Amino acid sequence: MAGKGIAGDIRTAREHDSAHKHVSGTAVYVDDIRVPDDTLVVLIGQSPHAHARITGIDLSAVAAADGVVAVLTHADIPGRNDCSPVYGDDPILAEDVVSYAGQAVFAIVAETMRAARDALPLAKIDYDPLAAVLTIEDAMRAGSWLGPSVTMESGSPDSALAGAPLHLSGRIEIGGQEHFYLEGQAALAIPGEDGDMTLHCSTQHPSEIQHKAADCLGVPNHAVTVETRRMGGAFGGKESQGSLPALLAALAARRTGRPAKTVYDRDDDFMLTGKRHDFRIDYDVGFDSEGRIQAVLFEQALRCGMSWDLSEAIAARAMCHADNAYHIPHMRVVSHRCRTHTQSNTAFRGFGGPQGMVGIERVIDQVAHHLGLDPLVVRQRNFYPHKFSAGTVKGRTPYGQVVEDCILQDIVPRLAADADYEARRAEIEAFNRTGGMIRRGIALTPVKFGISFNTTFLNQAGALVHVYSDGSVHLNHGGTEMGQGLNTKVAQIVAHEFQIDFDVVKITATNTGKVPNTSATAASSGTDLNGMAAQAAARTIKSRMREFLAEQHQCMPDSVTFANGRVRAGGAQMSFAEAVKACYLGRISLSATGFYATPKIHWDKARSCGRPFYYYAYGAAVTEVATDLLTGENRILRTDILHDVGRSLNPAIDIGQIEGGFVQGAGWLTTEELVWDEAGRLRTHAPSTYKIPACADRPPVFNVALFDDGENTEDTIHKSKAVGEPPLMLAISVLMALSHALESVGDDYPMLDAPATPERLCLAARRLGGPGIALGDK
Amino acid sequence: MTMVNLTLNGKQVSADVPDNTLLVTFIRETMGLTGTHVGCDTSQCGACVVHVDGESLKSCTMLAAGAEGASVTTIEGIADGDSLHPMQQAFHENHGLQCGFCTPGMVMSAIELVQDNPNPSETEIREGLEGNICRCTGYHNIVKSVQAGAKMMGG
Repeated sequence: MAGKGIAGDIRTAREHDSAHKHVSGTAVYVDDIRVPDDTLVVLIGQSPHAHARITGIDLSAVAAADGVVAVLTHADIPGRNDCSPVYGDDPILAEDVVSYAGQAVFAIVAETMRAARDALPLAKIDYDPLAAVLTIEDAMRAGSWLGPSVTMESGSPDSALAGAPLHLSGRIEIGGQEHFYLEGQAALAIPGEDGDMTLHCSTQHPSEIQHKAADCLGVPNHAVTVETRRMGGAFGGKESQGSLPALLAALAARRTGRPAKTVYDRDDDFMLTGKRHDFRIDYDVGFDSEGRIQAVLFEQALRCGMSWDLSEAIAARAMCHADNAYHIPHMRVVSHRCRTHTQSNTAFRGFGGPQGMVGIERVIDQVAHHLGLDPLVVRQRNFYPHKFSAGTVKGRTPYGQVVEDCILQDIVPRLAADADYEARRAEIEAFNRTGGMIRRGIALTPVKFGISFNTTFLNQAGALVHVYSDGSVHLNHGGTEMGQGLNTKVAQIVAHEFQIDFDVVKITATNTGKVPNTSATAASSGTDLNGMAAQAAARTIKSRMREFLAEQHQCMPDSVTFANGRVRAGGAQMSFAEAVKACYLGRISLSATGFYATPKIHWDKARSCGRPFYYYAYGAAVTEVATDLLTGENRILRTDILHDVGRSLNPAIDIGQIEGGFVQGAGWLTTEELVWDEAGRLRTHAPSTYKIPACADRPPVFNVALFDDGENTEDTIHKSKAVGEPPLMLAISVLMALSHALESVGDDYPMLDAPATPERLCLAARRLGGPGIALGDK
Repeated sequence: MTMVNLTLNGKQVSADVPDNTLLVTFIRETMGLTGTHVGCDTSQCGACVVHVDGESLKSCTMLAAGAEGASVTTIEGIADGDSLHPMQQAFHENHGLQCGFCTPGMVMSAIELVQDNPNPSETEIREGLEGNICRCTGYHNIVKSVQAGAKMMGG
């Protein structure tokens, strides 16, 4: 192998480390773990009311039912009744009041799920219904907020707006999104000695579950161990909301002394868990006749649900992406955090960023329509200056961060040329002028997405690497695998560091007993943080090996090299395994931890300013759509994407993230519609009524390329960039293309809300003076 | 209770189970074969697809008793010893998966699709897999995998 390099090195399209297990059905998810025969199941009894006082609970018939071993209410929690990530406002089991339809009120612990389900209707709970605040509209009217509204401001927005030659204003409503990870929430608790508890969880945040479980059991953190081998998808939905099932399993196991498992079925998962926040964004924009935007005022109202969950940071990220790629010197963003009696909305890929970005893309699109310009031209006129611009002209975001790495001037023209944007747009407009029932649209939208947790202290990670005396390597880090290929990338990094084949590195389950106090695998930062920590651990071991081998072979430590599976020291040359064996016999420690904390970042929450992001990830997409004006039926015909991942660690995994993120984003903005009834009950709680993209929805022409000149200007792991979230926002091109298709119907701007369902498209076409009879039009 | 006898991955199995036991519950819990997943419980997502007498079927939509005497094949039963079935190999090589949860059902549906239509067009693959939901990949590499799998299966 000498000279050929190592197998599975960085920058190679190494397949997912679990791919063989995935295709052969041997990858183990939480509900697949072999459990002792006496393992119990936990089923949650949910509130039927959005808001009510509990006036009586009688669970005696449930407790007496066949197969039921225990019934839990809040009174059975030995420690703290809370499963919230930040503010202590999410009861595990409701006490006096329920705050959403679906909220956990009690839990049945039973021998089988069938016994639990049979016992569920035997519960007698009396409720005194209270007035419920359900929508953003309701909350804004009632002044129902979780906390004070927050303002971010740059320049002099009021005077700049007043002084601008042209003005527009408007509103866009943006729907939420259910995560629909294929594997529902799941946790298994196994009680141990001394009150210890081991939990196997499908979670992005094992440390948080460890800490919350310890709090509710009334034991120190050291008594709880949480392990996560893999998730069947997560997308943010398992960042905080994995706690409830895990804590209930732990409480059941504590109460009964037997292992216990909570696995949500799909409908329960929909009813219990929070979703992407829906937003209402109002805007006033001032601009000139060239489309240069001088000032924008945004009011963002987001529906947080019944508690904070992660909404504060999500709202902050929405504010920090209200500019997207555009240098707008005068801007004010006011954020209203609406408290409603619905599921507590939570992290979802993009974390508020996508909604903030949709707001400004709508503004740009409407400005272009008003001026009769191609929206791409208006976009380009407002981009942040290129990274090679002089420091004095570099743009500053509304939150005070200087944009130092903008490469949209490289990406966008290249994409527009490759996708033949201009000619296709002309052809589409000519086609639409023929006035048929089918209209087509095209849009090119950019993405600039800030990388790092907005909450600065979360930007840290740890890793643990052991090298065994046979030369095999055990790798552990604080990140979790949800399908994104994190474990594969981190193993590539470690293999590269030691210069050994990928398969020599054993990827092991994330475990709070190995790496403590970790942050959630979120904010796209999994590889940035954990890759650096794992590299640091490997480098510590290498440096110890170098010192020892240098002494043995009479050379300088720096001259000891690791390359292609061989180690060279002085005149000696040996395999990596031989070098390891020599070090072991020389009593050298072959185990190390590694740690990483992202440099340069800071954030002043009270003033909404600072440098929250280490760097930005960039990309752009061109999407062409067609819609039928009579029915609103619509399709994506073609999408072209050029996306920046810096220097890719694994192009196959990165492209997979881009394709998947785009399609998921397209679902959010088109087919995925959450509907609550007037009583606050979610009516779209299964795939029968909630439609995520299926195989035929993927664009028939789908060209995805990595920006091959990409290189992170900051010192990230091998100059790569994060890729988890940014591509989702490439799908804003779909919404803008649908809007373009409708522009041909009348003179007015379509003002299309999201998701752009057939119903919305149909109604918008009708409103614009198009053909057909609109639904609900009397 | 009902005594269910069937052939599972080539082996005769029997078990006494409640009358209303679903085939997927029989496979996962009674027989301990957990490669077949449950994604929605309502016969829509396709994570639980197995073959019953050679036809692909969502195993959450059939009672175990309904498979009495049938030959049931799961994802664990399609490899030939250590060598993967060509469709498994194709998903492996073409990055046709991310979290892997939908993959067993996807592979089982794809095999039947190609058995019925050895040279499927891209459109036929896309439409043929409508009953299998994937939330991660955006389907691009899944379609590519099925095309490659069809070639490897001798289409």
